[in-house]
Amino acid sequence: MNVRIPNSRRWVKAACLGVVGALVAACGSSSSTGSTSNQASAPGITATSVTIGSTQPLTGPAAPGYSEIAPGSLAYFKYVNAHGGVFGRSINYKFLDDGYNPTNTASLTRQLVLQDSVYAVFDSLGTPTHLAVVDYLNQEKVPDLFVASGCNCWNNVSAHPNTFGWQPDYTIEGKILGNYIKQTYAGMKVGYFAQGPNDEFGDDGIAGLKDVLQNSNVTVVSPAQYYAPTPAGAMGVKAEMAAMQAAGVQVIASFSIPLFTAAALASAASINYHPHFVVSNVGADIPTLTAILTGGALGATLPAALLTGMTSDNYLPLSSDSSNPWTTLFKSIATQYAPNLPWDGNVVYGEAVAYTFVQSLKAAGQNPTRADIVNAINNSHFTDGPGLVPFGYSSSNHLGYTGVQMVTVGPGPTPMRVGSAYTTNDAAGGAITPYSGTASTPPSSGIPSD
Amino acid sequence: MSGVRLPRSTVLRHALFFLPLAVGLIAMTYLFSAFYNYNIAGIAIFAIAAAGLTVLTGVNGQLSLGHGALMAVGAYTTSLLLKAQPQFPFLLTLLAAIVSTGLAGGIIGVAAARLRGPYLAGATLALAVGLPQLAIHFGRVLGGNQGLIVAPPAAPAALGGNFPPEQWLAWIAIVSAMVTLFLLANLVRGATGRTLRAVHDNETAARLAGIDVARVQVLAFVISAACAGLAGSLFAYWVGITAPTGFGLQLSLQLLSAIVIGGLGSLWGAVWGSIILVLLPVWTSGLASNLNLSSDITNNLPLAMYGAILVVAMLVFPRGIQGTVASLVGAGRRLLLKRRLDQRTSEVHP
Repeated sequence: MNVRIPNSRRWVKAACLGVVGALVAACGSSSSTGSTSNQASAPGITATSVTIGSTQPLTGPAAPGYSEIAPGSLAYFKYVNAHGGVFGRSINYKFLDDGYNPTNTASLTRQLVLQDSVYAVFDSLGTPTHLAVVDYLNQEKVPDLFVASGCNCWNNVSAHPNTFGWQPDYTIEGKILGNYIKQTYAGMKVGYFAQGPNDEFGDDGIAGLKDVLQNSNVTVVSPAQYYAPTPAGAMGVKAEMAAMQAAGVQVIASFSIPLFTAAALASAASINYHPHFVVSNVGADIPTLTAILTGGALGATLPAALLTGMTSDNYLPLSSDSSNPWTTLFKSIATQYAPNLPWDGNVVYGEAVAYTFVQSLKAAGQNPTRADIVNAINNSHFTDGPGLVPFGYSSSNHLGYTGVQMVTVGPGPTPMRVGSAYTTNDAAGGAITPYSGTASTPPSSGIPSD
Repeated sequence: MSGVRLPRSTVLRHALFFLPLAVGLIAMTYLFSAFYNYNIAGIAIFAIAAAGLTVLTGVNGQLSLGHGALMAVGAYTTSLLLKAQPQFPFLLTLLAAIVSTGLAGGIIGVAAARLRGPYLAGATLALAVGLPQLAIHFGRVLGGNQGLIVAPPAAPAALGGNFPPEQWLAWIAIVSAMVTLFLLANLVRGATGRTLRAVHDNETAARLAGIDVARVQVLAFVISAACAGLAGSLFAYWVGITAPTGFGLQLSLQLLSAIVIGGLGSLWGAVWGSIILVLLPVWTSGLASNLNLSSDITNNLPLAMYGAILVVAMLVFPRGIQGTVASLVGAGRRLLLKRRLDQRTSEVHP
């Protein structure tokens, strides 16, 4: 008796091993990507899944509009998972609500890294929020991919080798907006309206504008007018607009979030002041602005026609451009996998950044370590994605998109592209060059090819 | 026979209680994952601020809706010192925060001593809303919206190179909390505590008894603010950044709800409340991310759950968690005493 029990155990063990082996072999042969099998090559990576995490403002002051970004990404990942995943692994995307409060970001990011063992942190949103964890993530050597903020602080390769930006930074935007103003409104008076003072969004944007507009063919009226991003503040930009009017400003260059772009347009119109508005992409999504104006968020129902004539910039396909194959692809994915989401630029953003992640994950190889995906992004340019301009990624540059294309609203409510896209860099005096590359078309599968 | 005889000196008795507790808690950190040690540090930090608020609101009866702003004073003091000199000695950054926030508390206390009820609540509320905006206004120095980055305290080399930073932070926070609670427990038990309570119970009676009411009220603010300063300083290390968005009105209200749920007026209540305050969001976050609901519902569900649990807790424990614990312990003691008495009577009258 005593001898036979271990014997039978050994037999069971052998049988189990056999079954497992057969299963693994079956998986290996059904996968189209090579002879080696999937392994748990890094934290968050198993043979069948990749877990990534993010902190997002799903509630709180930054939620309107921005809360749609992560659900947009999730829709794209669901689409990829339904079509075989990446190297047979499904992407498991966990995003947590930090309410745009860095205290929550610090705690939730540790939850993602220590408790949920995510492979990478992906598209975490906000400058003060993400600054709280950028040192921590790099200390723990967690890939910190595609931070959703235009602060140029993410591009610091020596201190933060694992952190990558994604959207063009505000200085790049400011320079290209300034370039457009110089070309279009020669001889006119220009005024700056921005979030701040002492806010990196407004300050970096104005730095870019100044770089191009100082000593140019336009007159810049000082001082710049600022707004504080508080809920009550949206009611109070009439004084700023009146000051612009009194100074004879004909063109307002604006670095504002959507609520304040809408407030500026409405306040100016209410005092019969009709300057040209040139607004940063961050505060110029047309569906979002239309909803704010017509939905009564400013205390009254206002006409969407206020947007007509506004100029902005973009680096992604427009959500309203049904002739763009990327827009068609992303819209059909959102309709199928996130039917409750409104369709606007935030969802395009979420799906596009998810697309870049899938490109990176594929480039990192079948059994990637955490370092592999960082190296893959350093060495790839991902030119075949939805972006209108190339990425700046290299081993010495972790900036994302390197430029934008101007967009103007009207005639009618739809935005139209103006001229070619431009690329530039952060450097003062850095050249602004038209981008001549042709736009890519999405692969027929909708998933980046290997 | 009454079993073990406790020392008569309050200080000694408290020392005999807090010292083993601190050692036990520090030993406990070895059992937990890095993530839970990080949260233990958070609990200890909030317990320091909440205990200070308990002295002010629970014991002395002055309502403060602005304690988050006082924590901001402590956090900014520490962050500015580290910005000027990254190698600034750790203990001095804590001390400086205690002193600066204590001073700020003194100034607020002088104003507060003239205010009662809703006016005091309003004034402290204004502090909670207004003070973080200073960081934006003086952004060149205070970092603006972007905030000031704070590096976590480095563990001493004696603990080995791979000692988890979360555990070291938990040790620091536990020791700070135990020292604070020890000092506050002595204070509340002693003559100062009696005058604080006397002013709370009946100002006129206290005045008749020769107590300088205004002075006592300012003192309560200074003590409470010093605690908030220490908590704020540790909070800066814990979060890693000091930015105005981290010190919104929400923080002040959270501290207040912590001491109410924990049990108003009891230092233990502050500890229970802090445990709930830190752990509840950890358990409710991500709760709804896999349900197929409209994003408006999914996004707000964890917050709604958090609110619902707080409401239920207040309904079930109207005297706070500590109140319920105390009455359960009391009931147990009475039961034990009754049994002992019954035993004795049966021995006397066989």
